[in-house]
Amino acid sequence: MKSDTITKYVLLLSSLVILLVSAGMIFSLLGDAIPVFEKFGWRFIISTDWNPTEGRESYGALPFIAGTLSTSLLALIICLPMAFSTALFIAEYFKKSSFSTVLSSMVDLLAGVPSIVYGLWGFYTLRPFIVSLGLDSQGYGIFTSGLILAIMIIPYATSLSAEIIAMVPNELKEAAYALGATRMEVIFNVILPNARSGIIASFILAFGRALGETMAVTMLIGNANIIPTGLFSTGNSMASVIANQFGEADGLKMSALIAIGLLLFVITGIVNAIGKLVIKKLS
Amino acid sequence: MENINTPIELTKNSAFRALKDKAFLWGVIIVSIITISPIVLIIGKLVWKGVSQINLSFFTEITPSTFEAMTAVASGEVIPGGIVNGILGTFLIVFLSAIIAIPVGILIGLFLFENQGKRYANLIRSLSDILQGVPSIVLGLIAYLWVVKNVTQGYSALAGSVALAIMMLPLIIRSTEETMKMIPGTLKEAGLALGVPYYKVILKVLIPSGISGLSTGILLAISRILGETAPLMLTTLGNPMINWDVTAPTSAVPLLIWDFYNDPNMVDLIWSSSLFLMGFVLTLNIISKRIAAKQ
Repeated sequence: MKSDTITKYVLLLSSLVILLVSAGMIFSLLGDAIPVFEKFGWRFIISTDWNPTEGRESYGALPFIAGTLSTSLLALIICLPMAFSTALFIAEYFKKSSFSTVLSSMVDLLAGVPSIVYGLWGFYTLRPFIVSLGLDSQGYGIFTSGLILAIMIIPYATSLSAEIIAMVPNELKEAAYALGATRMEVIFNVILPNARSGIIASFILAFGRALGETMAVTMLIGNANIIPTGLFSTGNSMASVIANQFGEADGLKMSALIAIGLLLFVITGIVNAIGKLVIKKLS
Repeated sequence: MENINTPIELTKNSAFRALKDKAFLWGVIIVSIITISPIVLIIGKLVWKGVSQINLSFFTEITPSTFEAMTAVASGEVIPGGIVNGILGTFLIVFLSAIIAIPVGILIGLFLFENQGKRYANLIRSLSDILQGVPSIVLGLIAYLWVVKNVTQGYSALAGSVALAIMMLPLIIRSTEETMKMIPGTLKEAGLALGVPYYKVILKVLIPSGISGLSTGILLAISRILGETAPLMLTTLGNPMINWDVTAPTSAVPLLIWDFYNDPNMVDLIWSSSLFLMGFVLTLNIISKRIAAKQ
């Protein structure tokens, strides 16, 4: 009997690790971000001025927040039709055929490609392609980053959507077919309304992924500390500014970068929590 | 008149509907093929550009200096040296994170399995879900603040391992709990009915019968962290030499790719290194899928 009590306590104790790590993360990030918030207050979030020159230091995170949101939103918009089609291919049109097995394992492979390899491919293949299309002379910027981010988040959106679409009861679909509906009408009038919240959740979670992606965006966004002015404007995202400027940072600049990390942590946390809530409501 | 017209309208309409249906099907097929084409293009590019650089010295020698690479490129030779410092560094860092994350993750997974529906367990599960969504660069910052600044007083393999271990943890917790739920409850009860202490039931019944599920989860978690670059940039920094000291800066394959990318003389090496990394990650992926399918 005694050993059972010990086992129980060991398990309970291990669960504390999660509590400690989560609390410690917030505590450490907050603690090290305080100097910059003390100095600049709200201006840190709404200012566009990023100047690490000693004596005239000024840190505003707005350009990076704008860069992160614009690239991720663009990725979401590009990802929507693509992930939805692929999910329909896997879970509806070719359900249980070898076509869908091949397609879904290729989608899984996409999820396994490291971020830095996406960055290289984006830099050496996608960027020259965009230049050769005449869309932009350099090929860096919001559009290229958004496109590579879309490719990176498609697997997440696709696999979850496909799972949800496959769960729609057959009886409902059959009833619609019996009334003379075409397959497309079944998809839009039966499957979509039934799977709506699950599909929305899968795209919210994919969006959360896009917010925190670092390497690929760092290599493609152009790293200019400005608020992006258009689709082909360069910019900088929250994750990429940390990756780029961390090496030479100390003092107030380090505190500013950590504060950006804290903001990123909070934003992704909120987006993921919304996604999880939508899923929970579903089940 | 209307009675005669309506059926004609309907057939016309249904032909249009059938056409729309077909067009939509082809739309779905075409967009799906476009969606997966990047994986073919990426692997094709890596193999095409990378294979020629891979030879024995690629796996046995450390990275060349910029000067060596420059002379080789200037005289049109293959860049000498290899990435063995990165391979061994990746091995060290991943091994350390696995040692940290696997036991703790399995214990927490067991705890969640044992306390289904309880408030505290639900809180832990939600926190673990939130941890899974934390961007890897933020985990790099955390490991920097905790380990680099306070424990090793400098960039170190240990710091990178802590960041990657936090990344692995939620994945292992989730897969452990899901695996345990699949094991028939009667197995556990049979053990307990024989008077076996609970820790022995865990070690001799639960873990052995769930071993394929657990190893799938572990392999997937490792394949997820293998290619991580951003957190390592903030924690392990890189090292041109082979390093086995966990408190010293250490190289890793993704870090080397980043260095090569930024050094015009070594840029040719990015493809072979990426090919190696990709091959490694995909092999782990495939093995874990095989184990899962066998079950």
